[in-house]
Amino acid sequence: MHELGIAQSALGLVLDQLRAHAATRVAGITLRIGSLAGVDEESLRFAFSTLLPGTAAEGAQVTIEAVEARAHCAACGIEFPASDGFLFACPQCGEFSGDVRQGRELDLARVELV
Amino acid sequence: MHMHHHHGKTPTGPVAPAKPGDLVVIDLGDDERPTYPPPGDFGGVQFQQVEVNLPLLGENQRLATENRAHFQAHGVKAVNLVSGPGAGKTTLLARTLQALAEEIPCGVLVGDLETDADARRLRHPKVPVAQITTGSACHLDAHMVGHGFEALDSPGMRLLFIENVGNLVCPAEFDLGESVRVGLFSCTDGEDKPLKYPPLYKSVHVVLLTKTDLAEAAGFDRALARENLAKIAPQARVFELSSKTGEGFEAWLDFLRGLLA
Repeated sequence: MHELGIAQSALGLVLDQLRAHAATRVAGITLRIGSLAGVDEESLRFAFSTLLPGTAAEGAQVTIEAVEARAHCAACGIEFPASDGFLFACPQCGEFSGDVRQGRELDLARVELV
Repeated sequence: MHMHHHHGKTPTGPVAPAKPGDLVVIDLGDDERPTYPPPGDFGGVQFQQVEVNLPLLGENQRLATENRAHFQAHGVKAVNLVSGPGAGKTTLLARTLQALAEEIPCGVLVGDLETDADARRLRHPKVPVAQITTGSACHLDAHMVGHGFEALDSPGMRLLFIENVGNLVCPAEFDLGESVRVGLFSCTDGEDKPLKYPPLYKSVHVVLLTKTDLAEAAGFDRALARENLAKIAPQARVFELSSKTGEGFEAWLDFLRGLLA
């Protein structure tokens, strides 16, 4: 449901790139998705499978680059992996932090054009 | 209010509006399609790799920023009400309008998948109300709100209330261009709602703990709820109130008045 909108948005940007570079076909689409972006990879791939046929991106290889979540602790200044949820307890001092430095990405990273 | 490039389909030919008794068919025929070589047939061809690095949800943010500027230019403070279904958004809004509409020009946009039931409950002689039926979209987005605002005819409007679709998940990430985002948390919910739906609670400026008149009957632990809110949403100002009895309601109204001061 939500992933369909994301795939549509991605396809729009991909086709913009195709036009901007005067290419004919899209051979590859790479998305950068953080673990905290709330995106289900399987649903997203399914969405692409329904949207790409009949477009210049038909047959394109879809690659998803996962970005692990990392948070910063204001109390002791360290950066640490924040694997799940939003309650990030600093492994060093135990203080809670909501300062996410990476892991919320939802970007079109690159395209391969022909 | 904005120009946008539709990537979707366009109807073939002009479509005249249907008069009562008429039937009109809107055929979303495919736009002219060029033919391509078979898919995946890239063998031996040199690819051009292009670094893009653009956010996928950028379109909504762009439109939200436009909305924000538009509201500011018109002296309108937009309030986005979010919550799960049944937390009391419409009842709260109805009582709020009863109290404020005589002193402050208000407008309302309400989003639901289907029905105009909420819009009907919010009717007020001094307030223009527009119901947005999304069909399948589980949240309002900036595009819908931009168009919705155009459907409200009220030149002196100061407060725009946006009642979002009842949903604790998706509305969190869709900026509508609002000045204030208000989350409703009902005393008939579990005290752990904030722990279960962090993105939404982290995105609000204000939390209204509603239905305080039912807290005792529901065995709701208000202290625990406040503790969970402090943990997940330390940034939010919390008001406890009952739209039914009016307990705590004046503080909420004063907060709204304060937005326009």
